[in-house]
Order: sequence, then structure tokens, then C-alpha cells
Amino acid sequence: MIVKVAYSDLNKVLDAISANEKLYLPVDNAAGQAEFKPYTEGVQMSKQLNTLRSAKDFFFPQVQPMVKFRREGKHIDIFDERSESEDYVIFGARACDVRSFDVLDNVFLADPVDTYYENRRKHATIVSLACNRPAETCFCGSFGIDAAKPAGDVQAWIVGDDFCMEPVTEKGQKLIDSIKDVLTEGDQAAVDAQIEKIHEILDRLPLKDVKPVDNRDKELEVFNSPKWAELSSHCLGCGACTFVCPTCQCFDIEDFTGNNHTIERYRCWDSCMYNDFTMMAAGTPRKTQKERFRQRFMHKLVYYPIKNDGMYSCVGCGRCLKKCPIQMNIVKVMKALEEDAE
Amino acid sequence: MNKEELIPQIGVVKEIVQETGDVKSFHVVGLDGKPIFKNIPGQCAMVSVPGVGEGMFSITSAPQNPDYNEFSIKKCGHLTSWLHDMEEGQEILVRGPYGNGFPVDTDFRGKDLVFIAGGIGLAPLRSIINYCRANPENYGHLDIIYGSRTKEDLVKRKEIEEEWAKDPHCSVYLTIDREEEGWDGHVGFVPTYASELGLSLDKIIIICGPPIMIHFTLEGLKKQGFKTSQVYTTMEMRMKCGIGKCGRCNIGDKYVCKDGPVFRYDKLDLLPPEF
Repeated sequence: MIVKVAYSDLNKVLDAISANEKLYLPVDNAAGQAEFKPYTEGVQMSKQLNTLRSAKDFFFPQVQPMVKFRREGKHIDIFDERSESEDYVIFGARACDVRSFDVLDNVFLADPVDTYYENRRKHATIVSLACNRPAETCFCGSFGIDAAKPAGDVQAWIVGDDFCMEPVTEKGQKLIDSIKDVLTEGDQAAVDAQIEKIHEILDRLPLKDVKPVDNRDKELEVFNSPKWAELSSHCLGCGACTFVCPTCQCFDIEDFTGNNHTIERYRCWDSCMYNDFTMMAAGTPRKTQKERFRQRFMHKLVYYPIKNDGMYSCVGCGRCLKKCPIQMNIVKVMKALEEDAE
Repeated sequence: MNKEELIPQIGVVKEIVQETGDVKSFHVVGLDGKPIFKNIPGQCAMVSVPGVGEGMFSITSAPQNPDYNEFSIKKCGHLTSWLHDMEEGQEILVRGPYGNGFPVDTDFRGKDLVFIAGGIGLAPLRSIINYCRANPENYGHLDIIYGSRTKEDLVKRKEIEEEWAKDPHCSVYLTIDREEEGWDGHVGFVPTYASELGLSLDKIIIICGPPIMIHFTLEGLKKQGFKTSQVYTTMEMRMKCGIGKCGRCNIGDKYVCKDGPVFRYDKLDLLPPEF
């Protein structure tokens, strides 16, 4: 069932949610970029299409403290300071980021379950927001994602002067029930019309025809494609694509020793684009940027799908298209692989 | 909170054995004095020292070892140098075991097994060799071909000469790269030696060593008529998590930490040659 609030009264919804649970939403920062921030009274939700960084930080933060140690002489103490997360709400996530959670789930919730991720994931309720104005860098449709029906626990639309919401899951229904005092009944037909309007826009996007090729049975062939040399030739190995990517999941584990006697083990995002990523005492199997570049896209478009029933590890959010300093991106790689397949 | 696989447990280094100039074996027990885990031969474990580093090492002790878990480690970097410098009684961190291990209960059952190792490559094979020796009813004859640069670099030489070589189920073939005073055994490289032995074609080959040794040994075996589906190896890649999540150790769509480290060569041939 559709419920609504006047868009000008959206903060009534935000206030009602944050009265019960911690609430995060996209907010414009001082530089004018949207980023997920904790809600405080009066804060306005960003009107921008998407956040600069993806929403993966919620479950897979850039730096995750894991465990502490103390080492004195021959003796070691271990301090497991994990604690159950509080319930919280992620408000205004876009369809691409919502799908990225499924992509990450397949990694972190696979046996053995990653408890750091699971803890944050299971306590989150996700309110997604349909994209009224998708950008020319958007290609979520290439991966079967519908920006007009963004899923999550509750999906939402801005329809004219109204903010409309529909619970999708039991968790979402619970959230809607908890704030029903500020909501009125919405109009399904108006939402349907908005969905249609968005579909018309999606259909005009410049990247709408980009399609991934199912290369699950051509792993070696794609790996050996002569195209990789050219595609990677200008890659700086800066890792910007990895850091803004909602599905990049590689991490490093290191010990922080700057705190006197306590040693803190943490994990942090890492990038397969970096030259020391696979460095061992005897050298690295990925000697040039070509191998490292190829690894990133093989993983997203071939290796991950092989392991996950054809699901791709890209959600078409377009962040890497905007951020790459040399204008290389997964769309160009997908087009090259499409040519190979023809 | 549920158990977190990435949080290690404490292991106590009960005994340190100098194997060669740059290889030491570490006997590790839990705080209760017992082995920390029971492993399948061929599995690995993460060993770390807080503030120094963490690394994946093959478990050299056999699963039936009632006293301790053993790691034979070559000194070649920051963490391994620290481990080499520590004294008995030191506490370290251990998590695992990880990986698939050798198919000792399936493909290897009832078969003659040939182990071919070079240098520190013996370490990952010692566990399975001693496992098979302890369960002779389940396996055929064990041929062990092992070589190193010099006689001083032969890991576990005492055990090999005094136990394996005297075991009626085993034949041991040792070789060193160059002539040396005090060595009256075979001299020459492992690949050539393995070819000269005329191994019968119904045997299963398990090979571990430097890439160049593996390459030439495999070429020799293929020339003799062995199929790649008869040859197993255990792989090594940089690892951080050990449980298929950190994205570091893949060969194509396979993670060495979780889907490996043991691979059959015909399967490995289907993966990108990036190792």
C-alpha cells in the first residue's frame, strides 16, 4: 500500500524515524557534494541524484576496527570488542546502491559469515528512492536494475509535490507502521504514472544499450583478449574507481601500533589496481598495470558471475565514469568485450 | 556475537627446530597445551604476531599428531624474520585451518602416490606423507623425490633418512643440485631425476616447489605419458583473509585460500595462467 507525505513536510517523516532509530540520509556537504550523514533536526535531504561515495560504507566501512591485542614479552592478550549494532535506517539510497548490497551479501554473508558486515547489515532498514532524473552516466538498466522501482525495505518516489512510500519487506512495513501518524494514504495510480515517466527517461539514456556479455564459459578467451593492452594503457593505477565503487570489496588487514601498548588490528579498503596488491616475497603474478586492470574487470564481469549464478559485480551507478582521471571505465570495457563476442 | 573467523586465537610456540640455514619448524599448541586444530593434509593456517604481520603458512604436521601443530617456515621477509628470531614459549596468533586440502579420502584412496618436492616445497607435502604413512592400508606405495640446492637445504633430512627411507611403504629419492663434499647421493635437478626414475603411469603425482621446477617436471611427466588429471599441486598467493573475501589470492574465478590451495593440473589448465 502506498503512503505519502507532502514533499515539503518530508522532515516530519525524518523526525518521526529518528525519534526511534538512528537515521542516515544524503546531505550536501560544504563542497556541495552529497554524502550520507546522520540526520539531525532540520537537515534537508540532498536533491542530487546520488552520493559521491557509495552506500557500502554502512556495512563495509573504509576502515573497520577488528580486534585489539596487547603484547608484552612472550605474552599476548586478545580483546574482542565487537558489540551488537543498534538498529538504524538508511534513507534515500538509490536502486544501484540497493542492488550493490546484494552483490556484497554474496561475498560477506557466504560461509564463513563475516560478522562485522552481518552485524551492520542486519540492523539496517533501507528506504530507497526512485531516480526521477537519472544521469547520462547511469546504466543500472544494463544489469536489470529498475531505477523506477528501487527496492530495499521501503521504496519511495517523489511524485509532484508528494513524497510517496511503499513497504517492500516486513522490516519496511514495521518502519512505515512506526511513523504512520505523519503519513496519509497515497495514490497508486500517481506512483504508477511516475514509474512510467521514469521508464521513458531511462529509455533515452545514452548508455541504455550497453549490455554485459555472459562470458562465464569463456574465462580464458576473455582473459587472453588482445584488447586489455589498449584498454589499460593509460590506467594510472590510482584506485579511484575502486574506492567509489559500490561493489568493490577487496580489503587489506593491518595492525595499527601507534597507541602505546595496544595494537589495533583493522581492515581497510584496498584495490587490485595497486601494484603491491599481490606482492609476495618471490614477486607478484600481476607485474604490469595491464594485469591489474584486467583483474578488476575480469572479476566484475566474469569471475564474480561464475561464482554467483550470472550476477555481475557492477550495478551501473556511473561513479567510476565520473571519477576516472583518464576517462577509462567499465562501459568501455563492456563495449570492447561485446565487440569480441560478435 | 557469533564467532568471527578473522579473529585469531593464541598459540604457544612449544618448540623451535632449526631445519636448515633459513628454515625453522615451530611446534604450536593452544593455551590448553593441545593442538589448536585438526587439519586435512594440505590445508594452511594464518600465523601472526600483533604489530608485526600475518601470513598464510602450510601446516606441516599430520592430522594425527596428538601433541602440536607444526609450521616449517623459511625466513624471507618481515614476519618470517621475526618468527625466526623468537624464542620458545613465545605466544603467537593462529587462525584456520583453511583451504580444501588433498583428496586423501577420495581420489588418492588405494593409489600409488609420487611426491615430488623442491626446497621448502617439502613443507606442504610433509603433512600428507606422514598421514599416508600412518594409514598404509588406504594407499599404495609412496615414492618421494626431493631435491634442494645443497644438502644443508634439505628440510627434515633426519626424518626423511631415518624414518621415511626405512618405511617399507616408501621409496625415497634425494638429490642436490651440485656435487658436494660429504654427499654420496644423487646429484642433479629434480625434473631430470624424476624423469629418469621411470615411474609407472598408473601413479598419482603430487608436486610442490619453485615454479621453474614444477614447470620442467610437469613437461617431463607429460612426455612420459602422464595425464595432467593425475597431477596435483598446491598453490601459493598473497592472502589477507584466508576465507575468500578480501579478493587477493584469486587465480581466475578460484580463490587459492578457499577453493585451493590444492589444484589438479587439468583444472588449473582451465584457469588464467596468472600465478
